[in-house]
Amino acid sequence: MNLRTTALQWPVLRQLRGGDPQALGAAAQSRHSADLRPRTETAQKVVKSICPYCAVGCGQNVYVEDGRVTQIEGDPDSPVSRGRLCPKGSASKQLVTGPSRQFQVKYRRPHGAEWEDLDLETAMDMISDRVIKTRRETWQDEAEGKRVNRTMGIASLGGATLDNEENYLMKKLYSAMGAIQIENQARI
Amino acid sequence: MAECHPVGFQWVMEAKAKGAKVIHVDPRFTRTSAVADLHVPLRAGSDIALLGALVNYVLSEGKEFREYVVAYTNAATLVGEDFRDTEDLDGLFSGYDADKHIYDPSSWQYEGSEVAAAAGHRDAQYSDRAGEDSSEGQQRSGGGQSHGSGGPSISGDPERDETLQHPRSVFQVLKRHFARYTPQMVEEVCGVPQDVFRQMAEAITANSGRDRTTAFVYAVGWTHHTVGVQYIRTAAILQTLLGNIGRPGGGIMALRGHASIQGSTDIPTLFNILPGYIPMPHAHRHENLADFVQADAGTKGYWGNMPAYTISLLKSWWGDAATADNDYCFDYLPRLTGDHGTYNTVMRQIDEGGGGYFVVGENPAVGSANAKMQRRGMANLDWLVVRDFQMIESATWWLDGPEIETGEMRTEDIGTEVFFLPAAAHTEKSGSFTNTQRMLQWHHQAVEPAGDARSELWFYYHLGRIIREKLAGSTDPRDRPLLDLTWDYPTEGPVAEPSAETVLAEINGRDADGNPLSAYTALKDDGSTSCGCWIYCGVYADGENQAARRKPGQEQSWVAPEWGWAWPANRRILYNRASADPAGKPWSERKAYVWWDEDQGKWTGHDVPDFQPTKRPDYQPPDGAKAEDALRGTDPFIMQSDGKAWLFAPAGLTDGPMPAHYEPEESPFENAFYAQQSNPARETHSRPDNRYHPSGDKPGSDVFPYVFTTYRLTEHHTAGGMSRFQSYLSELQPEFFCEISPELAAERGLEHLGWATIVTARTAIEARVLVTERMTPLTVRGRTIHQVGLPYHWGSNGLTTGDAANELVSIALDPNVHIQETKAATCDIQPGRRPRGPQLLEYVAGYRQRAGIDELTGTEANRR
Repeated sequence: MNLRTTALQWPVLRQLRGGDPQALGAAAQSRHSADLRPRTETAQKVVKSICPYCAVGCGQNVYVEDGRVTQIEGDPDSPVSRGRLCPKGSASKQLVTGPSRQFQVKYRRPHGAEWEDLDLETAMDMISDRVIKTRRETWQDEAEGKRVNRTMGIASLGGATLDNEENYLMKKLYSAMGAIQIENQARI
Repeated sequence: MAECHPVGFQWVMEAKAKGAKVIHVDPRFTRTSAVADLHVPLRAGSDIALLGALVNYVLSEGKEFREYVVAYTNAATLVGEDFRDTEDLDGLFSGYDADKHIYDPSSWQYEGSEVAAAAGHRDAQYSDRAGEDSSEGQQRSGGGQSHGSGGPSISGDPERDETLQHPRSVFQVLKRHFARYTPQMVEEVCGVPQDVFRQMAEAITANSGRDRTTAFVYAVGWTHHTVGVQYIRTAAILQTLLGNIGRPGGGIMALRGHASIQGSTDIPTLFNILPGYIPMPHAHRHENLADFVQADAGTKGYWGNMPAYTISLLKSWWGDAATADNDYCFDYLPRLTGDHGTYNTVMRQIDEGGGGYFVVGENPAVGSANAKMQRRGMANLDWLVVRDFQMIESATWWLDGPEIETGEMRTEDIGTEVFFLPAAAHTEKSGSFTNTQRMLQWHHQAVEPAGDARSELWFYYHLGRIIREKLAGSTDPRDRPLLDLTWDYPTEGPVAEPSAETVLAEINGRDADGNPLSAYTALKDDGSTSCGCWIYCGVYADGENQAARRKPGQEQSWVAPEWGWAWPANRRILYNRASADPAGKPWSERKAYVWWDEDQGKWTGHDVPDFQPTKRPDYQPPDGAKAEDALRGTDPFIMQSDGKAWLFAPAGLTDGPMPAHYEPEESPFENAFYAQQSNPARETHSRPDNRYHPSGDKPGSDVFPYVFTTYRLTEHHTAGGMSRFQSYLSELQPEFFCEISPELAAERGLEHLGWATIVTARTAIEARVLVTERMTPLTVRGRTIHQVGLPYHWGSNGLTTGDAANELVSIALDPNVHIQETKAATCDIQPGRRPRGPQLLEYVAGYRQRAGIDELTGTEANRR
């Protein structure tokens, strides 16, 4: 709509001229609101996704521009959710783009009083060293006179918020390293 | 459901618009109650009394769906002569060991058959079969999740009486057991008036039968109890008697609270099971793979194929290294010796210390029972890895946790080395979630993760890769399971992300030529097939990612079979052969779902039939038939070894073959049903950091006179890691509060919007007071009982902060699944804020002293 700043464009005159007698639509529109564009309009792609909160599994459309998530909306195609999202699902753009998200590996040394930054590669190397060392030190060939082939020194908690493929690699790797205390929110 | 699964609740409203009646049972009035036809507030922890009375109503009024019950359930099966009911033993079943607080279930068996325990228990009880001493630990390890895909196995042909008149028929046993669950008892125990109960009972029974079905929906309000599994069992008995299982509009729907909590049970990050509900092996002398699967091989139902499922799993993990000669690397699997669940792990961390702990996408310092113990466990480790989006409380407790404030811990004394690794979000990785209806849905990566953020797929793949590189060349046989592991996933993109689709293809499984399998029926026990999770076999059929299918809902039938993929075999309703009568015809046109098509000689319908496709309704198994071939054409419950729905569970449960009402671990009341106060097999762990309250008439119980229950809000998510850090959600629910009735506010002098301190023997927390008529005082056993409602989302970090409700909760567990009782316990509530610093410890110690609490309180076998 091209709104000229003439007296004829006063909202009250537009309202009286008809078409929108209650001034709920075009009559109330300002130049500013007329110029507003949906942020989804300039998205370069729309990626099909699933809401990460509860287990209803609502469909999400993720709008992407310049490698960034610009909007997340309900997927109308989903026979589960028919385009709807709840307050949490609707806030999931903030979940993935919010300012308090962490992007830096942090390290707290034993007895330390603060976080230190750590390089990801170094962290992976240190963690794998600790797994190997703990596994060796706590290995049990037998318990109560029976063969167990395990370590009671490595435990894990988490999985219900993760993908099936991730849980699969976790259970596979932990079992191969002999760790049995593997648990997730399904128990809690 | 409207609060915690709002978008799913649209279907309840859709049904209501078509005439369905909605009944909401909940201690508090919620958004669900607001649109329900009937809201039934009840005392937290009394659901078995209510559900049991519904069972009794059905049985005593003859409202059961007789034809369904006779044909499809074990109602006609005879129970052995040795069985003694709670009616005979005043609240105990036969087989109870009062010293160990555990049951020997052998007297619960059917007449004329030997019942092996359930999938998860089978192996635990190997020792009995092998004449080995079985430890308490083995019996304690339980295996509730192992029933996720089916039940225990039985052998032989149990005796039946199709007239249901035999006094030891399950039907008559059930009738006697539930006879005392009367409307009067519901009023006495639950605080639900008899006329309200009758409205419920009449609505449910009037809406069940050939033409109509009733559905039950529940969440952790039923599971978080020391007798939680039996809550679900009571609902299962009721729904089975009414013929509401395996039929459209029926069922018992577990509303699960995390995007893939179903998936993380199917492909478990759980201690007691392997993918597809195969039990983790227990430690035994001289047990090999054949012994491990022996309990199943040759029995009836699909679990009869467990050798094929197990060997295919071992092949997918250890590939060419797994051969018939080495038992397919069965010995590479570590062995269990007891309950290694998360609470036992935490107690081991506190008591023994050392070792490492990975916490991935979970926040136990807020979200697990007895949050102090969670932090004390973490403070006693060598190293801790936390992977999350945000700086959650489980990452920062050493710096600013509640124990730092009270002086119980000093940062400089804590030796735990902590790694915090930022995690990638669902938009930054591809993969599948399994929703609450067992449906896998693929989410596609939209953008690359920024900075150090990585997926769990990336973390575990590269951790395994680095460990394997460091161990390469090792001659230590202990390293073979790691070095022989199939771990060659292709990586892609700028961060070398492993291909999630390649992992899905491994989960799906391959034939001898490496082609994707299309169904678990193709799995072999000769090592020629591999499959990472047998119940997911078919999700990658024809080399296509079936979980990524997105044919719009409006372009397909109401069952929507071409959206995502549901296990098993893309079936949307389990046991759906029960939607047809024994002859294979729909029970009614209105409720037609799958049926036998005589012309085509196969089962057909709106869904994938959950039955062998060409097995005729009149099929009778020949002698010597095994697995699914041993079930008749009228046996719809194909994972059960007798093909029947179980009204009485002869094996598989650790706390009784039928449900009985027991009071919670902490209750203001004596058990009105039996002399036995609480679940005799429940797991208690009385220790200085986990003391229990006196219950009922015991001295000191009046120090904690109120019931509290915990729950979620629409605007927050579990322990808050995915909601308290967002401004939109924090603005909608800005502060931790307690919900109380105007009557309780008057009794304790609590002011709306003021502060309250809530106290248990564990600790005291503070919350804003929300005085609301949504909380109803109830009359129970002639007394007024007040309940305090506590949302459990808060912690000290994030945009909205507050004390964690889980600080109050003790570790007292259901014996089947080791789940904690967060939904019903006792407390005191006082106006004002809680004491700070060391004064808090003194304040709580004063309560313990006044209540006379010691290490024995609440741990009795509880014969009063």
